[in-house]
Amino acid sequence: MELLLVIIIGLLYAAGIYMMLRRSLVKLIIGLILLGNGANLLIFLLGKIVKGEPPIIGPNEKMLGEIYADPVPQALILTAIVISFGLQAFAIILIKRAYKVVKTDDLDEMYATDEDL
Amino acid sequence: MSNPYIVLPVIFQLFVAVTLMFSWTNKNLQKLISVVGSLIALLISISLLIKVNQEGIQTMQAGGWIAPFGITFVADTFSALLVLLTAISGLAVSVFSVGSIRNARVRFGYFPILHLLIMGLSGAFLTGDIFNLYVWFEIIIISSFVLITIGGEKAQLEGAIKYVAMNLLASVVFLTAIAILYGLTGSLNMADLSLQVAKVENRGLVNVTAILFLVGFGIKSAVFPLYFWLPASYHTPPPAISAIFGGLLTKVGVYAMLRVFTLIFVPDTFLTTVITVMAMLTIFSGGVGALMQNNIRKVFSYLIICHIGFMLAGLGIYSTLALAGAVFYLVHDIVVKTNLFMVSGLIFKIKGTYSMRLLGGFYKEQPLMSLLMAIPLFSLVGIPPLSGFWGKLLLIQGAMDSSNILLIGFILLGSFLTLFIIAKLWSEVFWKDPQILPKKEHIKYFDELKPLKKRAMLASVVFLSILSLGIGFGAEWVMRIAMTVAENLMDPSAYIQAVLGT
Repeated sequence: MELLLVIIIGLLYAAGIYMMLRRSLVKLIIGLILLGNGANLLIFLLGKIVKGEPPIIGPNEKMLGEIYADPVPQALILTAIVISFGLQAFAIILIKRAYKVVKTDDLDEMYATDEDL
Repeated sequence: MSNPYIVLPVIFQLFVAVTLMFSWTNKNLQKLISVVGSLIALLISISLLIKVNQEGIQTMQAGGWIAPFGITFVADTFSALLVLLTAISGLAVSVFSVGSIRNARVRFGYFPILHLLIMGLSGAFLTGDIFNLYVWFEIIIISSFVLITIGGEKAQLEGAIKYVAMNLLASVVFLTAIAILYGLTGSLNMADLSLQVAKVENRGLVNVTAILFLVGFGIKSAVFPLYFWLPASYHTPPPAISAIFGGLLTKVGVYAMLRVFTLIFVPDTFLTTVITVMAMLTIFSGGVGALMQNNIRKVFSYLIICHIGFMLAGLGIYSTLALAGAVFYLVHDIVVKTNLFMVSGLIFKIKGTYSMRLLGGFYKEQPLMSLLMAIPLFSLVGIPPLSGFWGKLLLIQGAMDSSNILLIGFILLGSFLTLFIIAKLWSEVFWKDPQILPKKEHIKYFDELKPLKKRAMLASVVFLSILSLGIGFGAEWVMRIAMTVAENLMDPSAYIQAVLGT
């Protein structure tokens, strides 16, 4: 399971960066989404994946055992997903607006900010 | 010492933002609430700094969860100082916005978002939890995304795309770094991480994580190889928005770097070398970039980059003196850069252009206002006894102690380039013979504004200029605070003890 996740995370990061390097606006956003998902899975992976070991202290024990499913990374991922959802929604609306105003999807055509006055 | 009131600067800004949302349609009421709210926020942050100075580091454990399990808020001198500067900048920009922001932008919620941005900044300075820092960063960037696009002009949208793309990338890098750090140590509390990271045996992985943090914060604070989004976007929104961006947004990245690289990762030779080289190249590329520009707001954007290099140099030298220099420079820079972008806004309102080539004769037409504008311009250069001088002096002394001659050379080069650029700007904009500029239809010129709006714009520039002079002439007090901050950064045991209570 860990190995599979490692490969998936690597693929997501690689695909995300590749998409970001393209000139299309839509691909830029898709790249950012893939990167974000890769980061979320990375947090999930680092929270030690185990089966059937809930983080509950038994009635006869004082502390948690050696191996248990860490709940903190899941809280972190949940927060990160909600945040990236908002940001991505904004980014998608932004590229739609930019497409309407600039009338191009090509990042190389967007040089109004570099023009001299 | 647990003190729930340290989050008051954050909660209060949220309160102001919500109140503003309830008066969505009443533009004048919004302006009033924003200014009064910023004033009260300033008083709150002054009282926080005084309290921290008298009683030492204040902490708050959210929900009563003892550190390192819950989220901790910490107000040490550094945090309280930056919260105060945020409030000062926020007040100035809020007053300036009363005069300069158009009603169309106010209708789309400019003021509530401005206060949410200031809330995010205060939160980022006060938090003691690395994941919480990430969340505050996200609040800052989503508010800044709205501010940079509000109005929807062509240049704004194009600038926003570059700004949004790079900031989202920085967030992902930062999140990745947090993930690896959590995997290594199993903790998120910054004070606890300071102890845990020292225990990790795999130093290679620790260094990789440190570099990830460096890249994440480096994009946000616009250091050498990662700064290209800044000059492409900061000159596009209205001047009031540029002012709060130029004053505070890059500085929060510098703050995070100073905090993380003194508390969590104690820099070894490798890291200090990387940071020093980055600082030198940042100073150089920012200075040379500013030389080439004709748009005064672009000149200031490049100068932001150049001066970020000075603060980074303080971290690269990594001694008490140099860090005090970086902190002093940070204080000076927040005030001066906010002011300069407002000054550029005033020039635009009067003349109708940002182009240095077209501007001219400002001194002849507006002698008093020109003298006022000279204060931030020459503070930026750092002609003694103005405020920019003292930070650089400390930095050079610090570099001298560690006999880093090359870095001293670059700091002096950066100062010289700044001097040259400001002298060029002064002669082009203020002394050159005036040119006849065609009146533009869509601009509301300064003369056509109501007296209240004129006074609001001038008042905020005067306020920050007086403060700049105060930092320059009262350098002793600022220096004392900067030295305290630097000593606490070099020896974080007091911070750790205040949070963990052991």
